[in-house]
Amino acid sequence: MHELSVVESLLSLALKNAEEANARRILSINIVVGDYTGVVEEAMSLYFGFLSKDTIAAGARINYTHVPAQLRCRDCDILLPLGRRDYRCPRCEGRRVEIVGGRELYIEAMEVE
Amino acid sequence: MTPRMLDVKQSILGVNAAAAQMNRKLLDSHRVLMISLTSSPGSGKTSLLMRTIERLRERYRIAVVEAIAGSSIDADLIAGQNIPTVQIHASGACHLDAAMIRKGLAELDLHQLDLVFVENIGNLVCTADFDLGAHKNAVILSVPEGDDKPRKHPMIFLKSDAVLVSKIDVLPWFDFNLNAFSEVISDLNPAAKILPFSARTGEGMDGWFAWIRQSKEELNGGKDLQGAV
Ligand SMILES: Nc1nc2c(ncn2[C@@H]2O[C@H](COP(=O)(O)OP(=O)(O)OP(=O)(O)O)[C@@H](O)[C@H]2O)c(=O)[nH]1
Ligand SMILES: [Mg+2]
Ligand SMILES: [Zn+2]
Repeated sequence: MHELSVVESLLSLALKNAEEANARRILSINIVVGDYTGVVEEAMSLYFGFLSKDTIAAGARINYTHVPAQLRCRDCDILLPLGRRDYRCPRCEGRRVEIVGGRELYIEAMEVE
Repeated sequence: MTPRMLDVKQSILGVNAAAAQMNRKLLDSHRVLMISLTSSPGSGKTSLLMRTIERLRERYRIAVVEAIAGSSIDADLIAGQNIPTVQIHASGACHLDAAMIRKGLAELDLHQLDLVFVENIGNLVCTADFDLGAHKNAVILSVPEGDDKPRKHPMIFLKSDAVLVSKIDVLPWFDFNLNAFSEVISDLNPAAKILPFSARTGEGMDGWFAWIRQSKEELNGGKDLQGAV
């Protein structure tokens, strides 16, 4: 999987934000991960440990918030879990549904000092 | 110093998205159409490319950017057709990204091209996260893989402009239900063009060629500059 390249981007983005805020150390990073990004937590944390070693992010904790993918019916405006057999609205049987959520991958906030 | 919170709200793949946008701009400025091909390993990307080159080489000046995972067999096949071929070495990687494509494009003389195909690494999951800067993304699912794949990996089918079903010559021996599959795709992604074909028999290939021509016309603002075949 591609956690290594994701962690490289994550780290450089975190360091850039810390530098702009004149921080001396990054204590924790809150990231939001969609369930359909193919990113695995354990692998992320492992690579982050390696790559951050000689940076001000060394030892920082990564907090994950997961976002499930859901179906939204554009007519009924309701949210439904994905994973049904087809992509239809169970209320109106309509096909005007879209997948919302699941592809997020961003830094929400970080704690620095 | 006391700990404090920084509000960030920035995409981790933002760097890739920006690089993809640059690739698209570069291609636009040369009116070169780029189409990416994604599938599981062995679903028929290279076979489709070989057929496509044979058929369209008189009409369009074509180049191929090939991901090399382990061996250069695919790139050698394509290069054997005497068209510009760029190899991107990506052993162990699970996807190409926009920066790799930018390097690949730098090796091509875009002034001399109409069409660039990218053969991505065989993977339906990771490839969905990385925009390469192609104008059109095509995903290929082969009949032996089964028609339930869009339910297991919806994202790649959601972000593709064309959904190709390959190896339809073997339909009689598998329980792949083409109608059920097409229904799920049109529910999931109503704008996607569904194109069943066989690179073995040539069945369905005309739909693919027509889709390419139409995509090229879109890029050229309604005109196919190469004229009719
Ligand atoms: N029966 C049948 N076999 C096909 C067809 N297209 C490709 N194949 C076979 O499927 C195998 C894989 O085809 P490739 O074109 O190499 O697939 P690929 O997606 O490029 O594979 P990777 O690059 O390794 O991921 C080969 O043995 C092909 O001969 C088809 O339309 N029908
Ligand atoms: Mg191949
Ligand atoms: Zn509804």
